[in-house]
Amino acid sequence: MTDSDRQPLSSPQLPRPVRKDPQKKTADALAPPATRSRLGLRVSAYAARGRFCLPHCDACSKLVWPPRDACPTCLATLVWRDGNPHGKLIAETVLETSPELYFRERMPWRVGTVVLGDNVPVMAHLHNQCRLGDEVVLRLMLDKSQRAVFMAFSNPDAPDLTEDIQLRELTNDPKHRRVLISDARTPTGVALASALGDAGCSTVFAGVAESWKRDEAIEALEAMAHVNLVPLDLTDTRSVQELAGEIGGKVDILIHNAEHVRPGGVIEGRGISEAKTLHEKLVFGFMRLAESFGPSMRGRGADGVNSASAWVNILSVYAHANWPAYGQHSAAHAAALSLTQCLRAEMQGSGVRVVNAFAGPLEQDWHRSVLPPKVTQRRLARDIVSGLQAGLQDIYIGDVARDVHERWSDDAKLLELELTGDGQ
Amino acid sequence: MNTPKNTGDTKMSGAADLLAGLAGGLVDGSVRVVDLTHRLDPDFPIIVLPPEFGQCAPFRMEEISRYDARGPAWHWHNISLGEHAGTHFDAPIHWISGRDQPNNTTDTLPVQKLVGHVCVIDCEAESNADEDYEMGVAKIEAFEADHGRIPDQSWVLMRSGWSARRGADYINLRDDGAHSPGPDSDAVRFLVESRNIIGFGTETVGTDSGQAAHSDPPYPAHFILHGANRFGLQCLTNLDQLPPTGAILMAAPLKIRQGTGSPLRVLALVPDS
Repeated sequence: MTDSDRQPLSSPQLPRPVRKDPQKKTADALAPPATRSRLGLRVSAYAARGRFCLPHCDACSKLVWPPRDACPTCLATLVWRDGNPHGKLIAETVLETSPELYFRERMPWRVGTVVLGDNVPVMAHLHNQCRLGDEVVLRLMLDKSQRAVFMAFSNPDAPDLTEDIQLRELTNDPKHRRVLISDARTPTGVALASALGDAGCSTVFAGVAESWKRDEAIEALEAMAHVNLVPLDLTDTRSVQELAGEIGGKVDILIHNAEHVRPGGVIEGRGISEAKTLHEKLVFGFMRLAESFGPSMRGRGADGVNSASAWVNILSVYAHANWPAYGQHSAAHAAALSLTQCLRAEMQGSGVRVVNAFAGPLEQDWHRSVLPPKVTQRRLARDIVSGLQAGLQDIYIGDVARDVHERWSDDAKLLELELTGDGQ
Repeated sequence: MNTPKNTGDTKMSGAADLLAGLAGGLVDGSVRVVDLTHRLDPDFPIIVLPPEFGQCAPFRMEEISRYDARGPAWHWHNISLGEHAGTHFDAPIHWISGRDQPNNTTDTLPVQKLVGHVCVIDCEAESNADEDYEMGVAKIEAFEADHGRIPDQSWVLMRSGWSARRGADYINLRDDGAHSPGPDSDAVRFLVESRNIIGFGTETVGTDSGQAAHSDPPYPAHFILHGANRFGLQCLTNLDQLPPTGAILMAAPLKIRQGTGSPLRVLALVPDS
């Protein structure tokens, strides 16, 4: 098959968004079916982190699908591990109608049957480049209900992959979207604004507190054509409310950045005042954003191509387990992480994904005495953008974040002992 | 108004007449009350210290209820702010030089000193010409040549016109720190030692100039004023509505336990011209 044959079938190319007709009602945010068994949810838990992890029977040496409590052949306990995503598209169907309200509004919809390596057939959504008989690569992705589905790609590395409406339902691609970044007067804020511009976002609203201060970050933001500086102080409820009043209906992706890193623990800390500042920005700042921007984003989860799409939180991986050298910082991030889980529940059904991006120490002044590896702001921003494009719910950025998360997943108590054992 | 019981005490009677006259003047407008206070606003600049130091919290306000389920018939807020946010008062304990002074906190300082005569030295032209202008003794002597000697136990305010500035221009930060006018160390020493002032006030974010960290001693207004148990006022406004001499300043900080300062409403009584 030549490239010229690869025209989209029923899934059209992503249209260039036009301005909304103000006389039309904003579409209600409908969600695909969300009910899953606990086993089914496990697939979603892996998909949330971008893993193609499926149940296998070691005794039979084969993949078992759909998930079960035991191997249907030998009753052995199943083992979940990353599987081989390569398969063949052996059947395709274009759905023209459905009793499910979510799909009714999105017809026609292409699905197909892909046979995986162990001759296991699975149902998958089809990228518009897929053709019957193609060798395809499957990804487990979250749908608008944050539940795992298979998506089949003929060429998962194609540059125009995101130009597909069915895929856009599964991802939070910043392309054409409007993004609000809080605490943008930071190296992370500047790097994010730049990376989002490269990813084709239409506007970055860069939230800046204390407009009476000028610095290099402001100049860098002002130099970017797609950036619009807006007053936003995470510690000031009125400031957040006023900005939401102005642009709340235009924010498709909100990135809660609150970069306030200080060393110190409980006894050997920097005192209550510093801890309060940290919580005001990170924890209460999150709540202020959620109170003011959450309702309008939740109501715009199906607002056309540029619907409200994602709420991103930039968190320390030590939200999972306290790093005593930065103990107060870890505690604030733990509180913020807990609130993001609450927000996920409140956003469920709206189609707006709550994304958590975890990193270890960053290349910044307050981590200067911390040994590498450290994450640059540029890397942080790039991985957040690629995580949005991939539709992830949890993004672990850098070696430290991945290592801490793996240890925490393995045994949280053991990680606690490792982190607290020598008082460092 | 009550008549003094001891009518033979002419001093007391005179004071009563004075207050009666003041009360009448306030009613008929011959005595005007001028507000020297900025609005407490979340976005009002506060002093900027290097990030490794503790920072003064800016003014913040959270709604408790607004005639709603949280309180059906009433509207009120919780507020939070640092002692040194907005138009505020510096008590002597604020600075290390004043830490051992008697009655040096907002709850113990002598209230008799919170109301007093005020002299306003006009440095607007100099401040417009040089944002790092430092008021020296010569400027004070020139003021006295025009308006008479600064009376004992007066407040002295430095009028720079800085309160007309907003936002970034007000704090005027550059890579080498803030740039704003203030007194030099000799001037502060002169006011304290030779004129026995109650306190010193400015329109800028502090009683010292923006570059006062490089003075000798560093932050001379803070160091010398508070070391001598005198008070400071900053972030004042409307100083152009005060006469050079003859007005009365009222600057009462909140009675905070062991407070080092306090936001406050600064008022002046001015004879209507």
